[in-house]
This record gives sequence, C-alpha cells and structure tokens, in this order.
Amino acid sequence: MGLLLVKVLKNFFKRPWEKETFIQQLEEIGVKSLPVVSLTAAFGGLVFGLQTYIGFHRYIGPGSETYGGPIISLGLCKELIPILVGLMVTGRVGSAMAAEIGTMKITEQVDALFTLGADPTRYLVIPRILASSIMLPCLTLYGDLIGMAGGFFYNVYLMGVNRILYIRNTLLYIEIGDVLSGLLKAAVFGVIIALIGCWQGLRAEGGAEGVGRATTRAVVIASISIVITNFFLSKAIPASWG
Amino acid sequence: MVVIGQSGSGKSVLLKHIIGLLKPDRGEVFVDRVEITRLKDEELRQVIRRFGVLFQGTALFDSMTVGQNVSFGLERYTDYSPEEIKKLVTENLAKVGLREVENLMPYQLSGGMKKRVALARAIAYSPDIILYDEPSTGIDPIRADAINDLILRMKQELKVTSLIITHDIISAYKVADKIAMLYQGKIVDSGSPEEIRNSKNPVTQQFIHGRAEGPIKSW
Repeated sequence: MGLLLVKVLKNFFKRPWEKETFIQQLEEIGVKSLPVVSLTAAFGGLVFGLQTYIGFHRYIGPGSETYGGPIISLGLCKELIPILVGLMVTGRVGSAMAAEIGTMKITEQVDALFTLGADPTRYLVIPRILASSIMLPCLTLYGDLIGMAGGFFYNVYLMGVNRILYIRNTLLYIEIGDVLSGLLKAAVFGVIIALIGCWQGLRAEGGAEGVGRATTRAVVIASISIVITNFFLSKAIPASWG
Repeated sequence: MVVIGQSGSGKSVLLKHIIGLLKPDRGEVFVDRVEITRLKDEELRQVIRRFGVLFQGTALFDSMTVGQNVSFGLERYTDYSPEEIKKLVTENLAKVGLREVENLMPYQLSGGMKKRVALARAIAYSPDIILYDEPSTGIDPIRADAINDLILRMKQELKVTSLIITHDIISAYKVADKIAMLYQGKIVDSGSPEEIRNSKNPVTQQFIHGRAEGPIKSW
C-alpha cells in the first residue's frame, strides 16, 4: 500500500486529469450513498437522543434533558456521524472499488489501460481518492443535520422536552470547530477507504475467488483502519477550537 | 513472427516484458535499439504508444461502449478532434468487419466480435507493432480462422510488424513468416513455418504434433 501511496503522491498533480472518472466517482460515492447515510444518521441520532434523555432524566433530574441538545450534537458531529458514514461508505463504496478494479485487473483491463496511454494510478486511483475525500465530509455534514434532527425529534416530539430551551442550549454550547473536526476526520476516512479499496483491487489475483477475497479484505482493513485512525485523530484534534 | 509454446512456458510474460508491463529481474529489453527497462515513465509511454495489443481475453472495458473502447487510445495518444475520433472509430471498426456496433456494450457481443473490437481498439491509433496474445483462444475454429485472416490482412494493409503469441499450431502455420519455440523461458528453436515443421528439435516436434510423450514433461 505504501508503494501505491507514493505513486499517488508522485502523480497527484500531473496531467491529464481524468475529469470524467472523477465526476462519475463523485456521483457514485456521494449521491448514491445518500439513502444509506440518511437512514444511518437518522437512527443514530434517534438512539443517541434516547440514551441522552435517559441519562439526564435519571442522573441529573427532570428538566435537565434540555441540555441533551449540545451533548447529542457534539457526540454526533465529532464522533458518531463521521464513523458511521465512514463505515457505511466502506461497505458500499470501498467494496465496490476493490471488486471493480479487481475484476479489471484479472481480466487484463488494467494492463489495457497502460498500453492505451492511461496510467492506472492516474486513471483509477487518484480520481477515486479525490472524490472520496471530498464526498465523505459532504456526506458527514448532511449526516450531522439528519442526526441532530433525529435527536431533536426524539427529545422534543416524543419525550416532550422544551423545544426552545433544547435549541437554545444546542446553539449556545456547540462550536463550529466541533463540526469542522468531524469533517476533517471524514476527509481522512475518505482517503483511507479509496486507497485501501484501490490497493486491494490492484493486487487481486486468481479469478472470481481472488476478487471476492480482495473485496472482503478491503472492507475489513478499511473498517479497522477507520476505527483506529478515529481514536488518534480525536486525540490530535483540539477539544475546543475557541 | 509467432512465438509458440505450451501453457505456462512464459509466452505472455515475454509479451508483458516487451511492452513494459513487467520489469525483468535481470537482462534487457530492446525495442528498435532502445533499451526500455530503465526508461522514465514519459519515455516509456512514447515507446508503448508504438504498440497495439490484442489481449488474450480481449480486455475490453466493460463499463464502456464499443465506440468508447475504440476511441480510448485515440483520445490519449492523438490530438484529433471529437468529430475526427468518431470518424476514425467507425473506420477502424469497418476495417475489422464491424458496422453500427459503436453503441453496444461488450457483454452484448459474441466472442469473435469482442476479438474484432479489441483489434479495432489496438489498431485505431496507428501503432507500428501489433502484439497478439493468444488471438484464437476462447473462440470456435471457424471464428479462429477468421481472426487469422484478419491478422494477415492487418499485416498487409497496415504494413505493421506483428508478434503473435499462441499455442495454436494451425494458426501459427497460417499467419507466421517466422516461428520461435519457447520452452522453459528460452527460445529453443526458430525458423520459417517449413523449417519448424521439419525441425529436428525433439521439444519442437513434440509440441507441433501435440504428443504427451517426449522431453516436455511439465503439465
């Protein structure tokens, strides 16, 4: 993977840019992931809202649930949504990248690209990494809004928490840096997903079974890498940007 | 020139070394007196541009139409306008006997048609050398013979050098000016089809007669 990363860095700014592949990937990674991100973020927000409500109600006392708003927003924006989006996109897109490129590899389409004047790194890998690192933060921002709406819905409409206080507390305590740190994490996850998906695809061999193995490995390695990287990013990014 | 040899003898590996897809552990590869193993990416690209390759399984891009497949090399290797490229795609498909297939996807084509499209893609940007990797593999004998005719026609019409890798001895006799026998990674015999037919080399004799008994033991 290190070798592929070096190739990517060496070729990143070289022309020709594969605009068509890049735009296709933006759609594939971003637009087509919206349904799965919507569902995951909505239910993530609902369940987070549920547990936060129970926590405040049980340990602080009735009335304190309005402070759940900033806690839900902070948890969702900084941790839960970036991770959920990362894992969902890994399952949907990272596996597809490994399968598509793996199939191209074993059917000599990657070799054909090379003989027809398209560098496989520039044609296949760089547009995917670029598109993934752009679309993951977009999906995460979208997921943040859906998730926060889920938390709001549970607390305000299902549990009767005061709507004005819930919103006021959320706006009072949430910082723009909390949202940005989640987006930064998502961009890193985007690079991880695409790099590992392409890497596994390019090293696939041995027919359909090999492609299957590459796909499974891409999902497992990317998922684990995201969870581990998330911890170190959480440590590295300042708790407050103010 | 046809290189023959049993499966696994290194024919495709040889081809991949010639076009720079593989780098040799040792030794050199010369293309018209240019040693290509140490060339920088851009220099290698200039050399590769001289090759058109027909891959064993056609290697057509299955996410693209026939027209997009044939125009792929033209878009990268030439400065033609989109209109000129469109015209060249139609012309090159016609050269291999295909018409009005530009908008079809590769999965909609028969095995023989796929080979023809792959050949049209390989010749579209006017390479000097065409490499054929097992051109008759995976298609019936009649279509295989049609591909042999096409190879001969390309050689005569386009005046290109052709290197054919095959284990199909009937094809080899039909299309070759010269045949080389590859065994255990080495050329062990070479000559005109007639010379190969009458070769005294036991490896060559065993191979061309398709006998299980003989010096070639590996399966």
